[in-house]
Amino acid sequence: MAEPLPVLEMTGIVKEFPGVRALSGVDFRLFPGEIHALLGENGAGKSTLIKVLTGVYSLDGGTVTLNGTSVRFHSPSQAQQAGISTVYQEVNLCPNLSVAENIFIGREPTRFGRIRWKRLRREAAELVDRLGLDIDVDAPLSSYPLAVQQLVAIVRSVGTGDSDGSGSGTRVLILDEPTSSLDRDEVLELFALMRRLKGEGVAILFVSHFLDQIYEVCDRMTVLRNGALVGEHLVRDLDQVGLVQLMIGKALDQLEELHDHQLHADVGEPLLEADGVGRAGGIAPFDLEIKKGEVVGLAGLLGSGRTELARLLFGADQPDSGKVTIGGRQVSMSAPNDAIAAGVAFCSENRKAEGLVPDLTVRENIILALQAARGWTRPVPAAQRDELVARYIQALDIRPADPEARVGRLSGGNQQKVLLARWLITRPKLLILDEPTRGIDIGAKAEIQKLVVSLSEEGMAVLYIAAELEEVLRLSHTIGVLRDRRLVARLANGPEITPTRILETIASGEHQ
Amino acid sequence: MTTTPRWRALTHHHLFWPVAVLVVLLLVNVPFTPDFFSVRMTDGHLYGSLVSIVLFGSPLILVAVGMTLVIATGGIDLSVGAVVAITGALACSYLSDQADQAAVSGVLLAMGLGLLAAVVCGLWNGFLVARMGIQPIIATLIIMVAGRGVAQLITDGQIITVNSEPYKLIGGGYWLTLPFSIFVVAVVVAVTVVLTRRTALGLLVESVGGNAEASRLVGIRSRRIKIMVYVFCALCAGIAGLMISSNTSAADGNNAGLWIELDAILAVVIGGTSLLGGRFSIGGTVVGALVIQTLTTTIYTIGVPTQTNLVFKAAVVIIVCLMQSPKFRAKVFGGGRFGGKRGAHQVAAPADTAAEPGTVRKMEVS
Repeated sequence: MAEPLPVLEMTGIVKEFPGVRALSGVDFRLFPGEIHALLGENGAGKSTLIKVLTGVYSLDGGTVTLNGTSVRFHSPSQAQQAGISTVYQEVNLCPNLSVAENIFIGREPTRFGRIRWKRLRREAAELVDRLGLDIDVDAPLSSYPLAVQQLVAIVRSVGTGDSDGSGSGTRVLILDEPTSSLDRDEVLELFALMRRLKGEGVAILFVSHFLDQIYEVCDRMTVLRNGALVGEHLVRDLDQVGLVQLMIGKALDQLEELHDHQLHADVGEPLLEADGVGRAGGIAPFDLEIKKGEVVGLAGLLGSGRTELARLLFGADQPDSGKVTIGGRQVSMSAPNDAIAAGVAFCSENRKAEGLVPDLTVRENIILALQAARGWTRPVPAAQRDELVARYIQALDIRPADPEARVGRLSGGNQQKVLLARWLITRPKLLILDEPTRGIDIGAKAEIQKLVVSLSEEGMAVLYIAAELEEVLRLSHTIGVLRDRRLVARLANGPEITPTRILETIASGEHQ
Repeated sequence: MTTTPRWRALTHHHLFWPVAVLVVLLLVNVPFTPDFFSVRMTDGHLYGSLVSIVLFGSPLILVAVGMTLVIATGGIDLSVGAVVAITGALACSYLSDQADQAAVSGVLLAMGLGLLAAVVCGLWNGFLVARMGIQPIIATLIIMVAGRGVAQLITDGQIITVNSEPYKLIGGGYWLTLPFSIFVVAVVVAVTVVLTRRTALGLLVESVGGNAEASRLVGIRSRRIKIMVYVFCALCAGIAGLMISSNTSAADGNNAGLWIELDAILAVVIGGTSLLGGRFSIGGTVVGALVIQTLTTTIYTIGVPTQTNLVFKAAVVIIVCLMQSPKFRAKVFGGGRFGGKRGAHQVAAPADTAAEPGTVRKMEVS
């Protein structure tokens, strides 16, 4: 027997929601002292599995065994008492309290009903020390950056049950996308903590969209697809290409073809010309030309002015200098309506705050831009509306394919597709996509990139913003490089343009 | 599971809880007033408790319907009570100056004048909220407070009485055996439903209330929409003001429509429209207003002492609000019937949407 007994074993897990089988007979096991990645596209069932495990959702079938005994949790607190702790992407702590108070919040050591502050501080310091962290437990949590707050959240969940000495502490730690807002050094610190906990015998379930991180820190992985188990593998047995294929169920070479295709594609006559357009505090005046059927990619660091540039071309912010000409006519850009009337569409990077109306259905969200353009007195006829919506749900493969579903309940990738459908219905001449692939899974990413290429083929101009340079390079005919809120270079894409070359351009910041 | 799909569909209809509360409230009256549900014909007019509830509830329904649209845009209108008073005061003071108060032209002019004043109030509210960006609760507070003063200025601080048969019709008259105000309410509700659901107005209102910034970026002229709903709300309040002054044949600047804004907001909430804005239900609001009026009637029929009126009303309102809270129902009825599906709904929701601030290169796909 090479393998020890699993600390947690889930067998034949079934979870159904009205009309959807979110999990169909999934097996999952977790061994003490391992870091186990749970992988799958958005909507594959990762979140559902975690929520079933932590008692947020009830089980519709299957068994959960913890330390050899069958368990069934009805609430997250039950799961926590049994030694299963979860740390979510957003930190659920009180920034105004001290680190020590946060670690022991809700289970402070007391005597005669009074909190024993000294003991609380001492134990918190010991815990932080044991885990190899350099954090002053008396400082308010808000004095630390988000990354450290996340570490504190982990310390807090690990410390559960420790204070009165009775509990066995955390046996299973679930980290749901903890790295998505951390920079590289912070990720390394997190990994160090994870390894230390692993050394203490804690079983860690790790969810991340970054495959490199999985390969860096995990021992084993379980892959889900469409609510079903695809396989469980040791990380060292499966390379990244194989893993991606498992996750999306098909080969992904097509992305490379996209690049090749774009390099050889022709573009049409000029569509949009920006002449000295700028906005104080937003972006320095820039000139930019976008042709019909051309994909112009914007590359630059976060905060370099990518989004600000795009917003000026849509009238989301008003330029205070220069002029924009679209199709030979000058557009005032005093409000989005002006740009929309001229055939510009804009998908914001901030889907939740600036894109979706979460309360409304998929159908209503999709029809919104077209309806706004027609005004309230001329509703889109129901038959035409339903036909349009159905066509775009199918064309973009929006799931669930239910026009009545509330859009707030869709996964990130599907929400992004709803926004795309909203604008595509209006047949724009220029589509501005600000980080359309952010926070969505690989499969949806590939689909959206393919869509961009086929739209440009049909003659639509696209302004494409992405943090991933590879994406910008793959899709663009022309690349605009930004630095310090200034458009510093416009490069024609070609085989010689590489991410390194772009990075050099950003670094040198020369105006070319 | 003993619940059939049809029963589930019924209990999850957005009107189920408001209607259930209304039915229960109506039934409570039966032991105290055995002929509560009977409707009899006297002098060609229908009489009965049910008719009275609709009759006396008419102004509230009107105000609440207007309030629904305002709330759906994420706003609120506290000024409706004052608008009720101003409209009544203006119409009655104009009418009382006429030599022939029974002349239909004079009555129509009086009503037109009153409604015009209401529209002006609505424009003012809309201007402050949509153009000046003042918070709705503050913007409408201005007329709520000042409006009563204006109404008293118009009436010189007196209660103005009128004696006009045609004017009496709108709030106190009968037509086709029924109180005329029921027809007025039916027409206003029907117009509202057609206006919001047969055009795109409802969708745009819900969009503005659901996410204002997203609505702006999708090209909705949300200022225009907001001004429209405040004007519409004031107009509804104006009609209610005519109705109330007509019913009593008097304009009381001080007391007409007093606290009606709070009842109207309550009716909207009971009807299932969130105060946060977004989705709204005109049908729900009508039921909500009927619930409140029935409650008032019930207080009288079961003989709750006058001093404890408000406490009794508050208790019922608390119960109604609790019944409407999915969280409360899940706690009380367990995770099964009522709690279960709610939970299920949230499910598909928060999938893994990671929003990571971009760094330059992210190696997700190798």
